[in-house]
Amino acid sequence: MVKRILAIIMLLIVGFWMANALSGVPFGEDKMLVGKYYLENVKEQTGAVNAVTAVVVNYRGFDTLGEVTVLFIASTGVGALLWRKKKERTAKSEGSVVLRTGSRILLPFIMLFGAYIFIHGHLTPGGGFPGGATIATAFLMLYLAFKDYEIEHKVFEPIEGLAGVGYVTVGLIGLAIGSYFLFDWIWQTWGWGHENIGRLLSAGFIPIIYTLIGIKVGTELTGIVDNMVREEVKGND
Amino acid sequence: MNCIVCIEYIIVAVMVLSAIFAVEWGDLLAAVVGMTAVSLFASVLFFFLQAPDVAMTEAAIGAAMSAAVFIFAIKRTQRYESEEEGAGWWLRW
Repeated sequence: MVKRILAIIMLLIVGFWMANALSGVPFGEDKMLVGKYYLENVKEQTGAVNAVTAVVVNYRGFDTLGEVTVLFIASTGVGALLWRKKKERTAKSEGSVVLRTGSRILLPFIMLFGAYIFIHGHLTPGGGFPGGATIATAFLMLYLAFKDYEIEHKVFEPIEGLAGVGYVTVGLIGLAIGSYFLFDWIWQTWGWGHENIGRLLSAGFIPIIYTLIGIKVGTELTGIVDNMVREEVKGND
Repeated sequence: MNCIVCIEYIIVAVMVLSAIFAVEWGDLLAAVVGMTAVSLFASVLFFFLQAPDVAMTEAAIGAAMSAAVFIFAIKRTQRYESEEEGAGWWLRW
């Protein structure tokens, strides 16, 4: 009783303080120096129409590599915690007819939409992380609909690793050609796609990196789902 | 008042309501649905606030993947909250 009242008073004080502090900050009106710089130079420097993607992949590419690493560590942790010698699907009943038919029809479209999101990351909103998560939802739907479905582990795990290695490789090529890690060598050194800004084949290495990130996030989240769905089977061996 | 603003207020109200339900419901599966509703309406709100990329991420991660993770956890433990403080919130206070 007393604890709850104290907690509510505390919450009100913190909320009042936060509201007071945030009410003075203008939202979306005046751009700061860094934001202004990005918005003015994004087309010449990166070739991306979508400035958010340009900041995430090009200007702040190293942060994104860290983000991918965090996701990889999380997936590894789930795999390590839930590791058993023999795991199988133990679902007793199939999904309903509606779920099965619907997932059969919707599956290619969801996959296509996810791939569209990450391939067109430099043109339209979205990018590697939402696209990969959308693809993972498609596999989640398969797991829910069919009781015997399992992903191809021999395909998924090498693809995940290769996508991560590919990201670092693109960055290292930038280090070799240009001056720093994740230097945009396709746009700045080779100068590919300067004439078609706003079309698919532009923006240097942003589509390449976002495709790699999308594949990596998709396979990783699917792996997490797979680890959680399958349960240990007490075998006789 | 501008009507878009009305819709935003309604969405925020529904979000708060779903969050309270997610905390208070004893049936954990229903609580997960309440939590998912918070994420889903948050993604609609992000779309209204002109952040479609965040809206897509929120819909995929918050509404689909995290709900699935919670449901897998409930499947392995138990569906209903233990009855120690089973009285309603008006009595627990």
